[in-house]
Amino acid sequence: MNTKLQTIFAKHQGRAGALLPILHDIQHELGYVPEDAVQLIARELNLSRAEVHGVITYYHHFRQTPPGKHVVRVCCAEACQANGSEALAAHAAKRLQDADVTLEPVYCLGLCSIGPAVQIDETTLHAQVTPKKFDALMNELGDRK
Amino acid sequence: MSVAVYVPGDAAALALGADAVAAAIAAEAGKRGEEVRIVRNGSRGLFWLEPLVEVATAQGRVAYGPVTAADVPRLFAADFTQGGKHALRLGDIEAHPYLAKQQRVSLRRTGIVDPRSLDDYLAHGGGKGLAAARAMQPAAIVQAMTDSGLRGRGGAAFPTGIKWKTVLEQSAEQKYIVCNADEGDSGTFSDRMLMEGDPYCLLEGMAIAGFAVGANKGYIYVRSEYPHAIVALNAALENAGDWLADFSIEVRQAAGAYVCGEETALLESIEGKRGIVRSKPPLPAISGLFGQPTVINNVITFASVPDILAQGAAFYRELGVGRSRGTLPFQLAGNLKFGGLVEVPFGATLRELLYDYGGGSRSGRPLHAVQVGGPLGAYLPASQFDTVLDYEAFAAIGAALGHGGIVAFDDTVDMAKQARYAMQFCANESCGKCTPCRIGSTRGVEVIDRIRAGQTEQIALLRSLCDTMTHGSMCAMGGMTPYPVLSALNHFPEDFQ
Repeated sequence: MNTKLQTIFAKHQGRAGALLPILHDIQHELGYVPEDAVQLIARELNLSRAEVHGVITYYHHFRQTPPGKHVVRVCCAEACQANGSEALAAHAAKRLQDADVTLEPVYCLGLCSIGPAVQIDETTLHAQVTPKKFDALMNELGDRK
Repeated sequence: MSVAVYVPGDAAALALGADAVAAAIAAEAGKRGEEVRIVRNGSRGLFWLEPLVEVATAQGRVAYGPVTAADVPRLFAADFTQGGKHALRLGDIEAHPYLAKQQRVSLRRTGIVDPRSLDDYLAHGGGKGLAAARAMQPAAIVQAMTDSGLRGRGGAAFPTGIKWKTVLEQSAEQKYIVCNADEGDSGTFSDRMLMEGDPYCLLEGMAIAGFAVGANKGYIYVRSEYPHAIVALNAALENAGDWLADFSIEVRQAAGAYVCGEETALLESIEGKRGIVRSKPPLPAISGLFGQPTVINNVITFASVPDILAQGAAFYRELGVGRSRGTLPFQLAGNLKFGGLVEVPFGATLRELLYDYGGGSRSGRPLHAVQVGGPLGAYLPASQFDTVLDYEAFAAIGAALGHGGIVAFDDTVDMAKQARYAMQFCANESCGKCTPCRIGSTRGVEVIDRIRAGQTEQIALLRSLCDTMTHGSMCAMGGMTPYPVLSALNHFPEDFQ
């Protein structure tokens, strides 16, 4: 982890307000921001550990524990609610209860005309997801061992 | 010669399978020995037709949609690369009533140009605003903004010219231009579409702002839920060469805090801190990013700037009604048959958007409630559908246009539940700085739960709580959460009984 962190720190050397970019890079690299990283980040940026911890815990995006093999996010904001996202979210929770998949709500993916919307592993998007379509997507993902 | 085939790379098109369509077109063309050049354009904003594939023919662009990967072999068999007949053929998409009736200004190139190509942007009329600005005095540019009547498109609708003038008048070593691309409102996606489909327009608007107020550094703060927009902006910046001269722009990824759409929380976040709202004054125009004078505007505000300078302030001011000048890209979302992007001058009615464009509900049931302006916007009943879409008309009925998001619900919606959601959302997203928002939202959820359990005498308490939040909160997060709550209560009282 140390070498990876040093590479990331070097990349952001001298950048004003570098904490969020650094945290993004760490999470991108490791999947989460480990507790051990906090002290190193604090030292690098001349901040207290409390300040770094405060930022990590303030933002929904940053994780403090490793996610599952995949991260599935179901949009639960109003526009998707109008098209049945609540039932989809409940279905997803049931389907994924024993899977090595992190299920999270997300509040708007900007796909508000074609909801309910689902995001898989940050970049893959799916629209008009019914429970049936969700199952097909999860089968493809291999959520069941 | 190879044929240009446009397959949108917009996130909505991707969610509907555009990547698979692009791959199928490349594979089928290879198999047939036909040369095609696939361009990943933005979206035209007619989402029920996505993926909307267009082919550049001698007679102009011919559209087909919605195309699936499975349709591709049959499209080739029908000579679609020459504009051939096929069941999915739509012809010239700009002649489609949905587009023909619109008056696009800020999104005029979105869905048309190759977002990665500066040359394509310039060939489609981009760059003229910046060229005009460079031949003007800074004060004249600011005056043009004032004359155009442009107001901030993020939701607060503050006059852009006044904001820029304040920054111009400050003397400081360093000034900043910040673009608020933290488009967190549900039901909104115009910023996303522009950043993915015509990023150079945003860069041009920011560079003009920099030139006008004397700033050489810009930041674009983009929400982390928009990874494709971040990629598109960075690609555009990489391909920009020295077009922006000494004005540099950095893209910053947000981290999932809704309140960072509030301008001072956003500035804190760029500085690397918790996105906590600042007290105003001082205004960001006087003491903004890193304590320096800062212009902070929404994506669509900046994207409106190049045209105002290229075509003159009068061109823009002549559009719209009352004190709402120009156009607003409305976003039709939720339970509508024809959801999408509708950019029209202020002055249309909500009903026109819902029915003439939106085609009524997707579910086929009656439209019952429409939330305008995101999670902090009011729910409007059918009796208010004839309200004119302008800032003042909406303010007059206790509502807000906000960023132009329109979310439609059919008659299966439970409005007490929606009111509870609004309070819960505020509780989750409050930055915690002021008490009415931090504590009031949690108490609000509890009170609504009791009302829904039958304690209707608590409605008076809910109203009193909303009053405290409205008048006691530091920013719109706590201050406007009462909009959806009270509008639900006032217009749909039966759901609270």
